[in-house]
Amino acid sequence: MTQAPAGAAGDPAAFRAEVRDWLAGHVPAEPLPSVDTAEGFARHRAWERELAGARLAVVSWPARYGGRDASLLEWLIFEEEYYAADGPVRVGQNGLFLLAPTLFAHGTEEQRDRLLPRMARADDVWAQAWSEPDAGSDLAAIRATAVPVKGHRKGHGEGGGGWLLSGTKTWSSRAAFADRAFGLFRTDPAARRHHGLSYLLFDLHAEGVTVRPIRQLGGETGFAEIFLDEVFVPDSDVVGPVGDGWRIAMSTASHERGLSLRSPGRFSAAADRLIALWRRAGEPADTAGRVADAWIAARAYHLHTVATAARLAAGGTLGAESSLGKVFWSDLDVALHETALDLLGPAAELRQPPDPDGRSPDGRWPDGRWLEGYLFALAGPIYAGTNEIQRTLIAERLLGLPR
Amino acid sequence: MMPAPMMPAPMISARSPEQEQFAGALHDMLGAGAGGATTTGAARQWAAGDRAPGLGLWRELAGLGVTALTVPPQWGGLGASPLDLVVCCEEIGHHALPGPVAESLAAVPLLLTALCTEHLGTEGRRDEELCAGWLTRLADGDLLATLAMPPRLPYAVDADAAGLVLLASADTIRLATPGTRHQSVDGSRRLYEARGGRVVAHGPAVTEAIRRALTVGALASAAQLLGAGRALLEASVRHATLRTQFGRPVGAFQAVKHRLADVAIGLEFARPLLDAAAVALAGSCPTAGRDVSAAKVACADAAHQAARAALQVHGAIGYTREHDLSLWLTKVRALLPAWGTQAEHRAIVLAAVGGTGLIGTGSP
Repeated sequence: MTQAPAGAAGDPAAFRAEVRDWLAGHVPAEPLPSVDTAEGFARHRAWERELAGARLAVVSWPARYGGRDASLLEWLIFEEEYYAADGPVRVGQNGLFLLAPTLFAHGTEEQRDRLLPRMARADDVWAQAWSEPDAGSDLAAIRATAVPVKGHRKGHGEGGGGWLLSGTKTWSSRAAFADRAFGLFRTDPAARRHHGLSYLLFDLHAEGVTVRPIRQLGGETGFAEIFLDEVFVPDSDVVGPVGDGWRIAMSTASHERGLSLRSPGRFSAAADRLIALWRRAGEPADTAGRVADAWIAARAYHLHTVATAARLAAGGTLGAESSLGKVFWSDLDVALHETALDLLGPAAELRQPPDPDGRSPDGRWPDGRWLEGYLFALAGPIYAGTNEIQRTLIAERLLGLPR
Repeated sequence: MMPAPMMPAPMISARSPEQEQFAGALHDMLGAGAGGATTTGAARQWAAGDRAPGLGLWRELAGLGVTALTVPPQWGGLGASPLDLVVCCEEIGHHALPGPVAESLAAVPLLLTALCTEHLGTEGRRDEELCAGWLTRLADGDLLATLAMPPRLPYAVDADAAGLVLLASADTIRLATPGTRHQSVDGSRRLYEARGGRVVAHGPAVTEAIRRALTVGALASAAQLLGAGRALLEASVRHATLRTQFGRPVGAFQAVKHRLADVAIGLEFARPLLDAAAVALAGSCPTAGRDVSAAKVACADAAHQAARAALQVHGAIGYTREHDLSLWLTKVRALLPAWGTQAEHRAIVLAAVGGTGLIGTGSP
């Protein structure tokens, strides 16, 4: 564990320098094994603890939960440096970027005190449990139920009641190896669609939970199906009012599409690597335009995000505009990686290209990473609300076209 | 059909409230027209050779300070920032104002100012006094100017309407007169070959001034394109809401919605590049050339996408000259390769980025 650096964030340049120095000294020289394997998951969890030890895991959170009270702009600085340093995938990202904002907005003091510090140290890694076999883009078609029960259960304290969860959740990222999950359940069986849903947290190792890992396109078990059979959840793990789950979940969805999950650092770093790859390939004319466009789009996303952060810092809010960004970055991510694969030629199909020189100038980006990145990018237009759903939202809510 | 109302914009802007107000004032003025003439009507008459209504609009713009923006205060100008220029040119593009916009508002004032302040005149003080006089008249709105800068800008647009025509190429600036006229796809852009006359400036410093003039011209045209793209999206949304087929507004069909959503995304993410380029130019930032090229690529692509979608959404009525949509469609097509083609600007971007952390570092 590293000694926590003295002093909170405040001077952006000093903060950037500190983050850069720390990452240079700590990011593993060789990429960690995939986060979607048991070994890789454990290694990524250990990395999160190292980050937390340096108080860099959750810089924008209040200090009492393990953060530094960093501003949104400082958070962006952290993200830029993190991606530029090719830091490992954030294994806790579902919790950090989806659940935590929800707890800050809708949770109780007790929930924040109990859940956030453990999340920051990756003692609990959270999975999301939104989708169901018949509720994908149409999330309001959720059928999994939560039925109220009286009395306590062993290990959940005296008195009070709770809920019994039953049903099936699917496409749950990280659920194969994670500790806990958050999701929407129908608490009022008479209510339809968006009504009568509640936001509940549950333990993936609890009695009645069966997790079936699902192999993804890339071959690893990135997500899973979760079968729930009368799984007990105490009242203290309901987030927000019972029956108000849709509204609470939508505030999280906006985070997922908007600023939090996709920081511009990812695309800026990838665009710079793409240009390096293009140069190494002899600057072929046929891909020049696409390489330039990827760089321009990554810069546009960076500038747009900084402007949005400044607006939010000044008290603004982010609504349906987050859909503009979600479509933009996910399409950019795919296009950028497709261009890289085209530059790699026949070697693009190899999971681990044999060329030992095939690395970025900093030596940290073997060519095989482009294919990995591409497979990762392909999911972007699907999750967090498909891009088709986003385009409809843009047309109806921002442009005012008729429903 | 147009001028369009200001859309309740999703755009996230770094512009100051004063700049937003200025854009609003320009929007109102160009929307109202001048002397009984609408801006679209003026564009049509300009194309037909009757410049009076268009010149009336330019005089109104001068009243708001637009023609004085880039002229330094010592010659009666405002010495305003490139971001002010961008705000203004975007609104001009929004309304498809006819006339030599990037030329008279951006490139020519820059060349004349360089000639005066860097003492580049071939006949010394005489040329400097001449240029100072033109700058003053430009600021007053008493003079329209245009120029050709071959090879990137081969023709002088609206040379017949301009009181001053320059021919700037390589290391030389000449006074020029209108030569052979060529037809543009945009009828309101009257293109002339520039017949070069007396040399007013020559030398290595002139090469540098011409480079800067091309950059600021590209910035101004990028802003015009973004404004035109916005107008095209607004027109498309309006048409898709009013036009009914199969018993419902065509805008209720998902194919139409998604196409217009893509237009909105393109415009939304072009604007930060445009504003950032203006800010870089204001600070004489070494990346300014790269940033202007990135902005031109993005704004031209976004406007082109808006034009293609607008035509498709309007259907056959959009494919007519009589519908005002044609004014924007043809202007976007004309400005797309003007002030540097997309390929040239992409090449500038690629030449300027080394592949090491240039996007983010230090920017926030």
